[in-house]
Amino acid sequence: METILLPHLGQYPLQVGLFLDVQNARYLRQQLLDGNTEFEYAFLDAAVLLSREHVLAACFRAINDILQGRMKSKNVHSEIVFSLSPNNNISECFRRFGVGETTKNIVAIKVDNNASQIQEHLQNHVQGQIVPFTDETLASLRDEARVRKAYKVDSSSNEEAEAFIIGSMALKGS
Amino acid sequence: MPRALSITTHNASLGEAPLTPEWHSRTVASETAAHKMSFTAVPTASNSYQLNDSNEVQPLHSLPPPFTTTSSPGQTSSTKLIRQGAEALLYYTHFLSPSLPCALKYRPPKSYRHPILDKRLTRARILAEARVLVRCKREGVSVPAVLGAGWEEGWIAIEWVNGSTVRDAIFGRKTWRQENQASYEGGEKDLVGLMHKIGCAVGKLHQVGVIHGDLTTSNLMLRPTVSGAEGGEEPSATSAATPFDGTITLIDFGLAAQSSQEEDRAVDLYVLERAFGSTHPEVEHLFPEVLKAYGESYKGAKVVLRKLEDVRMRGRKKSMIG
Ligand SMILES: Nc1ncnc2c1ncn2[C@@H]1O[C@H](COP(=O)(O)OP(=O)(O)OP(=O)(O)O)[C@@H](O)[C@H]1O
Ligand SMILES: [Mg+2]
Repeated sequence: METILLPHLGQYPLQVGLFLDVQNARYLRQQLLDGNTEFEYAFLDAAVLLSREHVLAACFRAINDILQGRMKSKNVHSEIVFSLSPNNNISECFRRFGVGETTKNIVAIKVDNNASQIQEHLQNHVQGQIVPFTDETLASLRDEARVRKAYKVDSSSNEEAEAFIIGSMALKGS
Repeated sequence: MPRALSITTHNASLGEAPLTPEWHSRTVASETAAHKMSFTAVPTASNSYQLNDSNEVQPLHSLPPPFTTTSSPGQTSSTKLIRQGAEALLYYTHFLSPSLPCALKYRPPKSYRHPILDKRLTRARILAEARVLVRCKREGVSVPAVLGAGWEEGWIAIEWVNGSTVRDAIFGRKTWRQENQASYEGGEKDLVGLMHKIGCAVGKLHQVGVIHGDLTTSNLMLRPTVSGAEGGEEPSATSAATPFDGTITLIDFGLAAQSSQEEDRAVDLYVLERAFGSTHPEVEHLFPEVLKAYGESYKGAKVVLRKLEDVRMRGRKKSMIG
């Protein structure tokens, strides 16, 4: 697990964990659907994530939008998932970027400063191998076709495409 | 008070962030003063004015939220004012990660405009600039990335381009040549190469349907090419063969527009030609090299060059009358 402080939003530490080969995605998804308050996390499907920057851009947008009174979903964690989406369709967004029944690799994020408690809770409930949250690992887990479809781009593996995607996320709803 | 985050943090008081920064454009410091100031945004809420040498009242700039929250426990980077234009303030800071430098462009409220109109104008300008940049990214034009935007608050976070402006590179050419005598080949080959790169960059921009609107040599930057990456020339001990190495990257799209009109494209070129004439008269004779490369850069460019002749004529007539 890693604690990430976003520049300018350092009061809202992010606890981030990347889990490989998750065996109980269905269970995790069910906890979110049930609104289990012990599971206030953004669970992202790593297959559609490009880089740390991509994920952090969604976190920044979500927290900042909430601070400015512009929350579009239920809470900061659903807002992070929503911020990854290039459009305003919330259910499509959760289908594309959130944990699904067959999701294999998951990025779990919680906006909170209690690092050890969160790590313990996640390790108790996510059946997967926790590994460092790096660009290299994210790149190896990516499903190009799904990224291309989600963001309507021709290619997703170059810097230009990533910059376009991050820019589109920043301008969503404008 | 905005809806609070339902999370546990050390009580970050949102109420502290001034939503309408005190700003009076009538009292802005002169450009030179702004340059001298190495401004670090530390909130001094109680005293929003300070006296300068001449006892004139100068405004202290307030950054828009969330950038106003400085001196927080998690603060990992400082924010410095580096330029104060008539419309926008440009800060150097970091975004998303302490290792990702960015240019934060902020258009503060103008107290002499009606607040609703002002908000609408600011929003439109922020979005116009951001949309053109994102569009350029999609089309593969070399521009900095948009990392974030707050159109209601008036800011846009743009990737920081390392390297120098073309303006500074041309001004620094003489010094560069003195310092790099060994690798200097002579003549004006380096300048010709620069002109070609500029012509191609502007051509590419026009090709994708964007007009820059303010083409000057300060709005063109030379982004160092990352050596070792795909397809670059092998770096050697004397790899910096000219003072103009790097990829031309266009910045400052504050006046940009989407258009494919020959007339608009020609005016864009004319503005650049005039900028060379006034800022770099010693290299103006090489401007035709820009046009040569431009003319070859996309289908339809030749027509624009013919249009440029009309635009020049009009320019001349105007200056004769005015
Ligand atoms: N993304 C960037 N990366 C690096 N430097 C930048 C960037 N954006 C701006 N600058 C620097 O700041 C200067 C002014 O920026 P910019 O042109 O965007 O603002 P402006 O208010 O329109 O200024 P001006 O009126 O002088 O054109 C540039 O000439 C350049 O030196
Ligand atoms: Mg400029």
